[in-house]
Amino acid sequence: MRRYDAAIVGGGHNGLVCAAYLARAGKRVVVLERRDRVGGAAMSEEVFPGFRFSVFSYVVSLLRPEIIRELGLPRHGLHILPLESTLTPLHEGGKAGDYLAQWNDHDQNRRELMRHSRRDAEAYDEFGVELHQMARLIKPILAMAPPDPTSLHPRELLDLGRLARMFANIEKKKFNALWRLLTMSSADYLDAWFESTALKATKSASGIIGTMLGPRSPGTAYVLLHHYMGELDGVFRAWGFAKGGNGSVSEAIAAAARSFGAEIRTSAPVQEILVERGRAKAVVLEGGEELRAGIVVSGADPRRTFLGLVGEKHLPGEFAESIRKFKFRGASAKVNLALGELPDFTCLPGRGPHLRGAISISPSIAYLERAYDDAKYGEISRRPYMDIVIPSMLDPAMAPPGKHVMSIFVQYAPYNLNGGWTDSRREALGDAVIDTLAGYAPNIKSAILHRQVVTPADIERVVGLSEGNIFQGELSLQQMFFLRPAPAWARYRTPISGLWQCGSGTHPGGGVMGASGRNAAFAILGGRA
Amino acid sequence: MLKTTPFHERTSALCESHAWRRWAGYVVASSYELSHEREYHCIRAAAALFDVSPLYKYLIRGRDAARLLDRVVTRDVARSQVGQVLYTPWCDAAGKVLDDGTVARLDETSFRMTSAEPSLRWLEANALGLEVEVEDVSEAIAALSIQGPQSLAVLKALGDIPPLKYFRLARTQLRGISLDISRTGYTGDLGFELWIDREQALALWDALLEVGKNYGLQAAGMLALDVARIEAGLMLIDVDYVPAKKALIEGQTSSPYELDLAWAVNLEKAPFVGRRALASEKARGPAWQLVGIEIEYPGLERLYSEVGLATRLPQAAWRTSVPIYSGAEQAGYATSGAWSPLLKKYIALAHLRSRWAKPGTELDIEITVEHRRKRTAAYVVQKPFFDPERKKQ
Repeated sequence: MRRYDAAIVGGGHNGLVCAAYLARAGKRVVVLERRDRVGGAAMSEEVFPGFRFSVFSYVVSLLRPEIIRELGLPRHGLHILPLESTLTPLHEGGKAGDYLAQWNDHDQNRRELMRHSRRDAEAYDEFGVELHQMARLIKPILAMAPPDPTSLHPRELLDLGRLARMFANIEKKKFNALWRLLTMSSADYLDAWFESTALKATKSASGIIGTMLGPRSPGTAYVLLHHYMGELDGVFRAWGFAKGGNGSVSEAIAAAARSFGAEIRTSAPVQEILVERGRAKAVVLEGGEELRAGIVVSGADPRRTFLGLVGEKHLPGEFAESIRKFKFRGASAKVNLALGELPDFTCLPGRGPHLRGAISISPSIAYLERAYDDAKYGEISRRPYMDIVIPSMLDPAMAPPGKHVMSIFVQYAPYNLNGGWTDSRREALGDAVIDTLAGYAPNIKSAILHRQVVTPADIERVVGLSEGNIFQGELSLQQMFFLRPAPAWARYRTPISGLWQCGSGTHPGGGVMGASGRNAAFAILGGRA
Repeated sequence: MLKTTPFHERTSALCESHAWRRWAGYVVASSYELSHEREYHCIRAAAALFDVSPLYKYLIRGRDAARLLDRVVTRDVARSQVGQVLYTPWCDAAGKVLDDGTVARLDETSFRMTSAEPSLRWLEANALGLEVEVEDVSEAIAALSIQGPQSLAVLKALGDIPPLKYFRLARTQLRGISLDISRTGYTGDLGFELWIDREQALALWDALLEVGKNYGLQAAGMLALDVARIEAGLMLIDVDYVPAKKALIEGQTSSPYELDLAWAVNLEKAPFVGRRALASEKARGPAWQLVGIEIEYPGLERLYSEVGLATRLPQAAWRTSVPIYSGAEQAGYATSGAWSPLLKKYIALAHLRSRWAKPGTELDIEITVEHRRKRTAAYVVQKPFFDPERKKQ
């Protein structure tokens, strides 16, 4: 029987990042992925002949620059293409000019904002400075194992001290702003800055992504900041596509891991993490193969890891209770379209540069909140929020010449749908999305060659994310930092000795960031992450 | 008055940025869009179209055409095959580089040479006693460069193009337009250059843009090209070296060996200008070397963090002389650099004294952070920084 220093459960991007760092440190590592390809939810697939999709996660922004650098990901094929703009159409059937666009160019952007509010155009720069400063304050926290404020362990106190020093140096004004950001709803936070409904709506949208909360729910301002922490080439809030789709991110990390000697096995579903006398000893694959390893690191989410692969009988009661209560509540879906022609928006006709950026169906905060209201009571949003991108505009290799792929992130599609998810409910979701979109771009229906609808239930079934939550657990304040995924077990360790966690169910959370995987590896290696 | 290229009618209509750059007395677009960023990414992910008409071009014909070129350039022209393109420098008698460009063998006795500086006089001066005719076709021939992974697909969508290996050329027709296509470029990527009579220029441009829209083809300017050529480790005259004719002091000149072009110097072939000097330089080894350096990110991050800022990276390629140190000694200077959006690395081309030019050598480069001059860690790396398989496949 082969023996490894570490067996990593799940070949999602965090598992792969963790494997790469452990292998780089000279450990014998094996990654065990259930599916026939690596990536988990960061995966590309030719769903229809000639059309490649980032089936689940679809943009890159939060991927930590230090991971790109330290693992040499560009050398292994990662190429991030920047997304430069966001178009928000304001009304179904809106006439030309009935939109808000955010452009990359400062002057162009300001002029556009002035069409909607001259005051907002001026406030926008200050808003940008504040979020930049906040992102800078939070950024160091992303790369640390979160200390437990209730613990008196010297190591925790040391880290708490570091954190306290960091915050002690913050100017009062910034600290207040940070506190507001951590506690407010994104709608309230934006109300304090802007008057234009359109601007507030499109900004607040990033506060609800992946979360079963509406823009008026407290805590969403933080999610807005979380998405603001994206950083490409030294520019905060920079979004991009990976050339070849988000699977290229995972494949580049996998290639880096292999180059350091890690073994990556696909079609190798882990059935059980074997625990003997409180210690993780091995993993057992479906089919019975047993792999012994010095430690086991799980990239699966906390519920799947502890309640599924380990089993409650091995867990302290209080811990099991915390994991059972850890909230998932997936609310996001995807609709992937193969298009014969580009969409033509009534508010901005033609195939201009707006089609190369994001298109956000978020005409007002009220619209988003209403979309949430439907979901709150277990229904699909009749008029959903959508974040649309057309990757083939920047990466023509994603589709046959002259044709396109469109990725639509949809919210809300609650995991706990009244009556449950069925094929017909899935298609009903697809129809709601297309009907809504057709209100803004009437040619969409005739442009569609193929359609793929991915519900939270599909995400859970295919990728294994519990309740289809894209962050491996809601990014709400009560599940963040030293509480992610459970009090006292936020430092990637678990109550089972020799069992570690490295998924985005741990600090700092999701978004194809890779930080959990890297922090976990550093914690395992005994260094400070 | 600055001249405009045969494509100007089209390029000026596209140039939203109104940003133009001078090149050999012509104006060409610095970028078409407000920022060059996307144009750059098109080079690496789709296809980009550059107007490179300002290059000087000479048609060299006659029984002794190869002999003339062999007297001038450092590579072996006589042994080149029809349809082959040679990249080559050429030197003065002291073995210092005058210019660099390409020599394409159109048939047994005719060649097209491109250069960055006017070269008619130099060619004629070396043609004494030879049966050869040198014609300046700089204005008669328009040139486009189409670069990027989709470049071949764009050309194929226009018509049948003969299979071309790297640095080969063929005469062909696309949509009834006769042109030469060479598999060459200044980006280090899969790419082609198209050489065409100026009368046909607009028709070719229109045809390319029409089919190109299905392949993400984007007109791109010099700012994007500058980043790509640095990634490809390709030097630029007047920026990375001073042509010997313009040098005011000897210290400004560079030999091919000092520019990392030893591979392009053939001392065994027929005699050529500068050969003797180059032979002795080869024997003693060059005093300087043009190398790639990478400026380490953590050091930059630290310097910016010390003043409370997020790391600033250059948004476009720079072309200034920046000192490089080894301890207290100045080891050399960088001449152009860029943040590579593809490689996520801060890279530069630098002249280093040979003792510091070995890959892996750790050095410090000067950097200005919030008005203060600092030094930060950099190290020597192999050029090119980016060398995709598709370039030669």
